[in-house]
Amino acid sequence: MEKFKPHISVEKLNVFYGKHHVLKDITVKIPEKQITVIIGPSGCGKTTLLKSFNRLIDLVEGISVSGDVRVDGMDIYNGKIDVTNIRKKIGMLAQKPYPLPMSIYDNVAYGPRIHGILKRKELDRIVERYLKVAGLWDEVKDRLKSPASRLSAGQQQRLCLARTLAVEPEIILGDEPTSALDPVSAKRIEQEFIELKKDYTIVIVTHILRQAKRLADHVIFLYMGEVIEAGPAREIFEDPKEARTRAYIGGEIS
Amino acid sequence: MNLKLTRKLKEVIASRLMLLITALSSMLIFVMILGLFLKARLILATQSLPELLLSTSWHPLRGEFGFYPFILGTIWVTVLAMFFSIPSCLLTSIYLTEYASAKIRAFIKPLIDLLAGIPSVVYGLWGILVVVPLVKDHIAPLFGYPTSGYCLLTGGFVLAIMVFPVLISVSEEVFRAVPHEVREISLALGATRWQTVKHAQMVPRIKGIIAAIVLGFSRAFGETMAVMMVVGNVAQVPSSVFQPAYPLPALIANNYGEMMSIPLYDAALLLAALLLLLIVLVFSVGARIVLLRIERRVV
Amino acid sequence: MDRRQLEEAFFKGLMIASTVIIVGILFAILAVVLLKGAPLLSLSMLTQTPKGGYYLGKGGGILNAIIGSLYLAFGATFLSFIIAFPIALYLQEYARNRFASFVRLSLDILWGVPSIVYGAFGFTIMLYLGLRACLLGGIIVLTLLMLPIMTRAMDEVMRMVPHELRETSYAVGSTRLEALLRVVSRQALPGILTAVLLAFGRGIGDAASILFTAGYTDHIPHSLFDPAASLPLAVFFLLGTPLPEVQERAYAAAVILLVIILSTSVISRLLTTKWTKFVIK
Ligand SMILES: Nc1ncnc2c1ncn2[C@@H]1O[C@H](COP(=O)(O)OP(=O)(O)OP(=O)(O)O)[C@@H](O)[C@H]1O
Ligand SMILES: [Mg+2]
Repeated sequence: MEKFKPHISVEKLNVFYGKHHVLKDITVKIPEKQITVIIGPSGCGKTTLLKSFNRLIDLVEGISVSGDVRVDGMDIYNGKIDVTNIRKKIGMLAQKPYPLPMSIYDNVAYGPRIHGILKRKELDRIVERYLKVAGLWDEVKDRLKSPASRLSAGQQQRLCLARTLAVEPEIILGDEPTSALDPVSAKRIEQEFIELKKDYTIVIVTHILRQAKRLADHVIFLYMGEVIEAGPAREIFEDPKEARTRAYIGGEIS
Repeated sequence: MNLKLTRKLKEVIASRLMLLITALSSMLIFVMILGLFLKARLILATQSLPELLLSTSWHPLRGEFGFYPFILGTIWVTVLAMFFSIPSCLLTSIYLTEYASAKIRAFIKPLIDLLAGIPSVVYGLWGILVVVPLVKDHIAPLFGYPTSGYCLLTGGFVLAIMVFPVLISVSEEVFRAVPHEVREISLALGATRWQTVKHAQMVPRIKGIIAAIVLGFSRAFGETMAVMMVVGNVAQVPSSVFQPAYPLPALIANNYGEMMSIPLYDAALLLAALLLLLIVLVFSVGARIVLLRIERRVV
Repeated sequence: MDRRQLEEAFFKGLMIASTVIIVGILFAILAVVLLKGAPLLSLSMLTQTPKGGYYLGKGGGILNAIIGSLYLAFGATFLSFIIAFPIALYLQEYARNRFASFVRLSLDILWGVPSIVYGAFGFTIMLYLGLRACLLGGIIVLTLLMLPIMTRAMDEVMRMVPHELRETSYAVGSTRLEALLRVVSRQALPGILTAVLLAFGRGIGDAASILFTAGYTDHIPHSLFDPAASLPLAVFFLLGTPLPEVQERAYAAAVILLVIILSTSVISRLLTTKWTKFVIK
């Protein structure tokens, strides 16, 4: 196994929805400032794993979690931790772009405001900066006050990216972030990710193997709630050790 | 006649009949307004509406029908009830939708629904047994006001309790309509739950929330029995919440059907009924228009 | 703890407090009325009409009010069903959108009309027709009161019936009426019954609308044109009497009323959970 500095490290993570055992003894490490792609067939627990990184699974009724998830070495399921700090540190991009019911400006400013930045000047600066990073600034700079819902789906997803970045996270999670977009918009988002990885640790779930190959530095293959194989992208795609990984990559399991 | 024709005929007759019933029933509201107006016209012919509404002198025997004390009584009771019920119901419905576990919800929701069906005389009875003595012996002395307990405060409080179930269920609906994504996004950005509720759910939907509350209250506005049983029913302009008042519905309930020999008395009471009807109509239609508009914009 | 955490804790505390208070108050209402009233329930209370001197504390019961209320509520439920059911059906299939939303709006407004207004309006009409306060008058006014509730409730449940189901019925050649009666109504039956029970509960508990129109009497009505007593008005009038021991009888009337209403509501809850099993989702 190659050596890297883990940003998130997961140790014997088990998640149950009621009695349904969804994640089984997961132990993985997410490398810093790289793109990690989680692949695996539908229903294998990818979303659950992703949401356990920022404790968004807490929202699910009847869930029980055991094991460790450490972010920067800090156990986030420890009772004393402040969840909102964890979540601030870990941004999340959902499958479907979902603007909050407010203006473009307010969408991006939402996070900073929550975290106590209320000065207009500073907010203006943050909004501009992250809309630029997300590659949306030029398209929307003249209509920042109009409702975000009027943007196209691709624009909305970039807005969501800007909104996520605006709280200055260190890690970005993306749950199939391009699956609701047209191919051109999807490409743009992929491009953003590649540019972002110099500053951020990125974890993406995807169904599209080709996308995984394009983006991944590191791959985790999940199957029925278990990590079958994890490692550098090249190894996994070109020389998988496990038969099931080979079968999935070869398109036999889907 | 063959079978097919009979079926066809049945269909035609039934649909005509249903149309007739439907059309007649939807006219009922207009018929009521017209009917009340025709009667109320008699008193409007002798005095102008502003005069009636703003005069404080209520002496039916002398032909003086000043509604001002009654209108004020109605407004006061309603405002007090809103004051007691809106914050607590909003908080409760937020708690039920955003915080409470499924178990707690499953226990509280049916209970609240059950209580929505309690008749108003029972609320009134409870008001007399519990709230009246409470106000008289404990609350009013705190402020140094002597009172019989049958007063505005009691009326407003009892009305507030009556609207709890309705208000909780309408505001719960508003919060439940917030898509789950909004919640997730806000929390994922590091917001606390309360911040999420406040900034992502309440502020953007404030119009909807207000409309829902108005709608809830338009049902309570004309509530008669429970309020009448505890509010004292004295025709005066109240100067404190510990004084009795006489809301419009109570005025009608206490006097209509009796003293019909006094000229114009029934016309005056029916004018009061018409006023109640129109106010409820304006508020409920207004609230619905706002809600519809919001729905259309969101979808 | 930073400011945000404090705010969170503060509001969460407020929410829990207000939920507890509201639920507590609602419980207290049930508890006080049931505890006060239950000991006063006796066989004679349930089976006798007021005797001479009843209002001075002598014997007798409130059978007149129990029977009167049942007559009023069942009569009005029956009448409003006859009207509400066709309207609900009509709204499903025949009414074009605009007309349907107009009808719905007008029914929703009627739902909000204060019951005292129904009472005043109803009595005005009765005066015009030369009727005195009587069972029939009460039934008619209650029908008006229950109509919007029942219709809108039925309308909502019928709207939930999936459209495919109707289409299946058309596909085998039924007319619209047949599709509505055989498929939609059957599918929505539990909901329809719930709507009926809901309206019944509202009707039997309402006092303001029958205050002028049904009258009040110590006797059990023998015809539609006799005045009829009722439980809610019994509560109201008995509380208004000067003697404490007579006032207490109001508690008994309230308990009977509560028991009737709570049991309809429990029955309708049971119906929906039991029956939805047999309904295609
Ligand atoms: N809220 C929930 N309650 C109960 N079970 C759930 C819940 N959410 C997900 N599951 C179950 O947990 C398992 C894993 O779900 P998860 O959403 O993590 O899968 P996934 O790999 O993201 O699938 P997909 O590729 O379809 O998005 C599935 O079997 C699913 O049915
Ligand atoms: Mg998923």
